[in-house]
Amino acid sequence: MSSLWSAMPVRGRVILLVLVALLLAAPLALDRYVISIFILIFYFAYVGQAWNLMMGFAGQLSLGHALYAGLGGYVAALLWFYFGIGPWLGVFAGVAVAAAFGAVIGWLGFRFGIQGVYFALLTIAFAEFTRIAFDNMAFTGGAGGLFLMYEPQRAGEWWNLRGGPLLFYYLGFAMAAGAALLTAWLARSRIGYQWLAVREDEQAALSVGINAFRAKMIAVLISSAMTAVGGVFAAFYYNSLFPAQAFDIGRSIEIILAPIIGGLGTIFGPIVGAFILTPLGEILIALTEKLGINAPGAKAVFYGLTLCAIIVLRPDGIWPWLKRILGLTEQGR
Amino acid sequence: MTIAIILNVVIQGVLTGLVYGLMALGLSVIFGVVRVVNFAHGEFAVVAMYATYLLFVTLGLDPIVSLFPIAIVFFGVGYLLQATLINRFVGRSEHEQFILLVGIAIIIVNGLLMIFGPDARPANLPYAIESYMIGDVFIDKARVYAAIGAIVVSSALFAFFRYTATGTAIRACADNLTGAAVVGLNVKRLYAFTFGLGLACVGAAGALMVTIADASPTLAQAFTLLAFTIVIIGGLGSMAGALVGGVLIGVSEALASFFLAPSMKSMFSFALLVAVLVLRPQGLMGRRA
Repeated sequence: MSSLWSAMPVRGRVILLVLVALLLAAPLALDRYVISIFILIFYFAYVGQAWNLMMGFAGQLSLGHALYAGLGGYVAALLWFYFGIGPWLGVFAGVAVAAAFGAVIGWLGFRFGIQGVYFALLTIAFAEFTRIAFDNMAFTGGAGGLFLMYEPQRAGEWWNLRGGPLLFYYLGFAMAAGAALLTAWLARSRIGYQWLAVREDEQAALSVGINAFRAKMIAVLISSAMTAVGGVFAAFYYNSLFPAQAFDIGRSIEIILAPIIGGLGTIFGPIVGAFILTPLGEILIALTEKLGINAPGAKAVFYGLTLCAIIVLRPDGIWPWLKRILGLTEQGR
Repeated sequence: MTIAIILNVVIQGVLTGLVYGLMALGLSVIFGVVRVVNFAHGEFAVVAMYATYLLFVTLGLDPIVSLFPIAIVFFGVGYLLQATLINRFVGRSEHEQFILLVGIAIIIVNGLLMIFGPDARPANLPYAIESYMIGDVFIDKARVYAAIGAIVVSSALFAFFRYTATGTAIRACADNLTGAAVVGLNVKRLYAFTFGLGLACVGAAGALMVTIADASPTLAQAFTLLAFTIVIIGGLGSMAGALVGGVLIGVSEALASFFLAPSMKSMFSFALLVAVLVLRPQGLMGRRA
């Protein structure tokens, strides 16, 4: 962790400290709407970081991360709904279930040498399978969804995630920052270097004695567990869960956009990506309303165009380019 | 009597599956030759469905007829798309191709949503409720026409790859890219041609699909996943595999809808996909890579 700090040029440290201070103080000056956007940014920075560990560092393309977020959210929400077990405890159950699914998918994929697009389709298959199963299960609310009641007497029970936007703002901030620190630490650890070796050339990694199977399994376990925590956060923030949203491939795509746009395999990439994409979506909504284009889908069309433009013009992501612009590259990363 | 009902369901599945197979054939050609993950495949199928719907509503053209102009236009679109945009992404990492095509898919689906709205557009064909009766088995006329159309288009594609110089050149690119470049084939142009062919297939399949389903933007993503599932089950690079996989998925969907619930029909396709990936990664009819 300290290596992230020590490798950073002075200018980078100053910018980072100022930004962190601004974000910590920001809720004092912002209205609810802007706070809700920041909560989304933190959420996507967090789950993006989780996905980034698996794809950006270990090189395993998962297009089914909605599965882990959905499972985490559903397990914690169901425990709360039926047994009154709070999310601070339920999160462990959610993480365990999601990591178990991650282990099965990882084991199948890595044991049987399913790679690249094929591995991605394996992850999609599991997510879609689970979506349809949840659609047809009664105790999860089925396709009609699962709703967490608003109970006024519980308002302010922050340990049960029963609080207002400020609670989710600071929790989201802490999660996004924590995920970045964890990634920075892992990236400089033994397993982090093993991931890079496996990502760049698995045969070469094997030949120098790296247990590639173990390295990839650790990546999928950490990534699925982290994503599940994000799912619990989202479930208790929105207080509702629908299989058609929670496990949808569209949700999986949302999760992976921030790190890809920001810069894969970098620590600040998912954060930068989330800070660009989420406000972009909001601006597009405002813009289409201003222009009087009321047709549904107008915002998403611009979104799609932006995606294509970014991947054509800046395929490595925004962060490596931004870093050069800001002059933060003197000392390595 | 029950056997007749099951036979009914299976035959419906086979006929639908042949159209699925044609759609997957387009993906198989693109995926197998250009090695680009066309994640906008189902979206193109739905565009073709809307085009067919419009041609039927305005000019009264039957889907079997409008299939041809749509396939030709789609060929042109595919050629241009590959030549101007996607060729730059050939050989780049999969996630970059994925983002590009997801971007294109998002534009297509939401463009359709803007133009046509979210409601399904049924094309009410005159023969939609007519059927043939053989013994106790009813067979929808519309599906029979669609299946015949799918077989004809697929056969034309088989013949093209087998007997024409361009088809042989494209197969050469798929088998040995370096070798193909060394003997002087214009790989970029052939890739554009291949992507055009793939889209022509999906355009034709979309036109035929109108006889089976109502055009709606929500079908797009399901079709994309369906096409990938079929291609992998059938075996990458095997054209016959795409058709066999299509029929297999068509039947499994029909049986699952009948015995369980229509909403659960694709569960079995995904289970089958996982089984094939694990047990027979080259697909049912593919060669070992």
